Amino acid sequence: MDNSVLAQYDPNGFYCEMVHSGATGEIRNRLAALSLDAIRQRASRAQAELYNLGITFTIYSGAESIDRILPFDVIPRVLSPEDWRQIERGVVQRVTALNLLLDDLYHEQKIIKDEVLPAQLVLGNPNYHLAMQGVTLPHKTYISVCGIDIVRDHKGRFLVLEDNARTPSGVSYVIENRHMMMRAFPDLLDGIPLRAVENYGPKLAQALREIAPRPTDRPRIVLLSPGIYNAAYFEHVFLAREMGVPLVEGSDLRVENDRVYMRTTRGLSRVDVIYRRISDEFLDPEVFRPDSVIGVPGLMRAYRAGNVALANAIGTGVADDKAVYAYMPRIIRYYLAEDPVLSNVTTHICGEPEGLCYTLDHLQELVVKPVGEAGGYGITIGPRATGQELKDCRAKLIANPANYISQPCISLSVSPTLVETGVEPRHVDFRPFAITGASTWVLPGGLTRVALRKGSLVVNSSQGGGSKDTWVLA
Amino acid sequence: MPENLLSRYAECIFWLARYVERTENLARILDVNETFSRDSAGGLDWLPIVRLHADEERFFAQHAVASASDVLEFYVLDGGNPTSIMTAVRNARENGRTLRPLISTEMWMQLNMFYNQVNALRPVDLSAGNLTSLFRWIKEACQTHTGITEGTFFRDQAWYFYQIGRCIERADATTRLVDIKYHALLPKPSDVGSPVDASQWNVLLRSAAGYHAYRRLHAGQITPARVTGFLLLDPRFPRSVSLCLSETNRLLTELRSLYDLNGGDEAARICQSLSAALRATPAPHIIIQGLHEFLDQIQEELIAVTRDLYASFFGHSSEARPEQEM
Repeated sequence: MDNSVLAQYDPNGFYCEMVHSGATGEIRNRLAALSLDAIRQRASRAQAELYNLGITFTIYSGAESIDRILPFDVIPRVLSPEDWRQIERGVVQRVTALNLLLDDLYHEQKIIKDEVLPAQLVLGNPNYHLAMQGVTLPHKTYISVCGIDIVRDHKGRFLVLEDNARTPSGVSYVIENRHMMMRAFPDLLDGIPLRAVENYGPKLAQALREIAPRPTDRPRIVLLSPGIYNAAYFEHVFLAREMGVPLVEGSDLRVENDRVYMRTTRGLSRVDVIYRRISDEFLDPEVFRPDSVIGVPGLMRAYRAGNVALANAIGTGVADDKAVYAYMPRIIRYYLAEDPVLSNVTTHICGEPEGLCYTLDHLQELVVKPVGEAGGYGITIGPRATGQELKDCRAKLIANPANYISQPCISLSVSPTLVETGVEPRHVDFRPFAITGASTWVLPGGLTRVALRKGSLVVNSSQGGGSKDTWVLA
Repeated sequence: MPENLLSRYAECIFWLARYVERTENLARILDVNETFSRDSAGGLDWLPIVRLHADEERFFAQHAVASASDVLEFYVLDGGNPTSIMTAVRNARENGRTLRPLISTEMWMQLNMFYNQVNALRPVDLSAGNLTSLFRWIKEACQTHTGITEGTFFRDQAWYFYQIGRCIERADATTRLVDIKYHALLPKPSDVGSPVDASQWNVLLRSAAGYHAYRRLHAGQITPARVTGFLLLDPRFPRSVSLCLSETNRLLTELRSLYDLNGGDEAARICQSLSAALRATPAPHIIIQGLHEFLDQIQEELIAVTRDLYASFFGHSSEARPEQEM
């Protein structure tokens, strides 16, 4: 029996990132030359190394702390140069539009006056911060780091699922996964023309320098983290190291005379740019949640006075809201007068009569999502719902249509993945990372998350998701 | 302009060094006690270990007698005991986690693996046949850390705070060792010149990794005054209080001038005056004037040095961070 990696592999009718992609013949041959035993052995060594390196997230319960690694699948996900060109152009376009949108929403609100975006969607949004109105940012950059979630449907089309414009995470895994592959599978990579992912730290530092508020040769940049108990702490460490900047906690910073300082062995030292990995509501107890102990009192004063830059800016959450997402194609056309390079998943806005009507007529085929909720709460998946669930959903839609959107069920693409029983298709998504200072740059690669459970569409690490190295071919 | 160092990093690297040093000292003391501390009847006495750390109250709240297995579990495995190897390694690693942006990947990886291995230890690993290799492994892990640090850690301000932490911890450990052993072995000052049981003094020297060096210096007999003088005063012995203090003083002076730091006057002053006092006082004098009081005073002064480091460089008082065990 042929015991090589792809011998028994069957994508089961889904679009497969390895089999259907035109660019991967050589990679398929090399995988085929490896035996299942060999790849398993190398995979288990790779996992052990991730654990020893502490590329982990930590779960605390009482005095015990448990370190978990994000499961790493060693079979790469490959993107062709054509795939990448489309993603790159689409991401730059989307980030550009999102930044223009935010600048408009916090200044003239032309898009509302022109009735492209309903006022209530913005002004009634808990992530729209009045404190940001009239604050003008260098280069009008609100979203310095954007992670846009993209899926691929059964025809191989890329579709944007979500714009993460607050504090998107995962980029450390992109780079560490590549390092791991270079150590564990040098034979697989040898001679394959891959785009490098090394440059992320310097590019981010450069973008942060570009948004520094005062003219100085060497603006002081810091990365603000909630600290070692945060699940993403490893990533904070990683990025601070890659940029060569201090990793600070709220208690390390102090605001005096509307200027931000950090406490050093030589006393207070001025800070110019803060790459913060703390969400808006915990950032400044004087303005947002007063019970926050991880924030910096007075930070908002310094920010409004133009004495410090924050990345991302405060109040970007209004732009990656699910309801605003539905308007993204129109937003892109409004600001850029271009058609979107990357499509949205078709979205019916139930706040609009035709959207509501379509949704009610096709409830059994659609996924209905509340706009304000995150993390998959309150979702009704039509094809899997019971009669009663559909009835309840219908009642909620009629009672408060503006609170909902609906989308068709997407049949996500798959990628061959090493599991207990061999190599099987598992669903994947993709998160490229875009950095914006004076202009936008997209890391040629990204985080491919894989749903390790058979049939599952959920790629989140908290629910059995893992990750893969993503190869963008040159 | 040299890079500034975050106060919190300075504090953490200081404690990282102290906790690793503490682990090594403790492993050595437990190992030596296991191997060499047999009384004339061949039995092992573990009570001095409890006394050494002034842990009588906490230990006897949990255990009726200081049996070998209970004392070893208390000092190796018990994560609830602030003076155990488990606690010291965990704290070293937690400080290392905080310092990951600063320390080398190799330093972090070794600390992380060390912690994972210590965390996996079970009572069966403390059985008589396993002990020596266990302690050898723990000591070597600490020494590996020291070697990796020496070879990979960037030598800016943080390097100074690291070394100062190690010196202060080491000086403190030596004073405690001499204090408790001396009084266990020789209760009365008038016994200074009298013949003693050499084997117990050898144990003391071995506990501080000073046995062979002492032999080279003093080929003849072992006397309490000579051993005490060697451990406290010899400027060539790496664990002597004298050497640790003069190192601390040198490091502080360099740190302050190279990085243009304002604080630390009090710490420097204390180190200088202690070093001078140690140079000026021969061991027999110290013993006659009261060894315990002398050592007690050194410990107090070391705490005062740490207190000044907190106030001058770490940005708060030493009482504000109870998680770091003085």
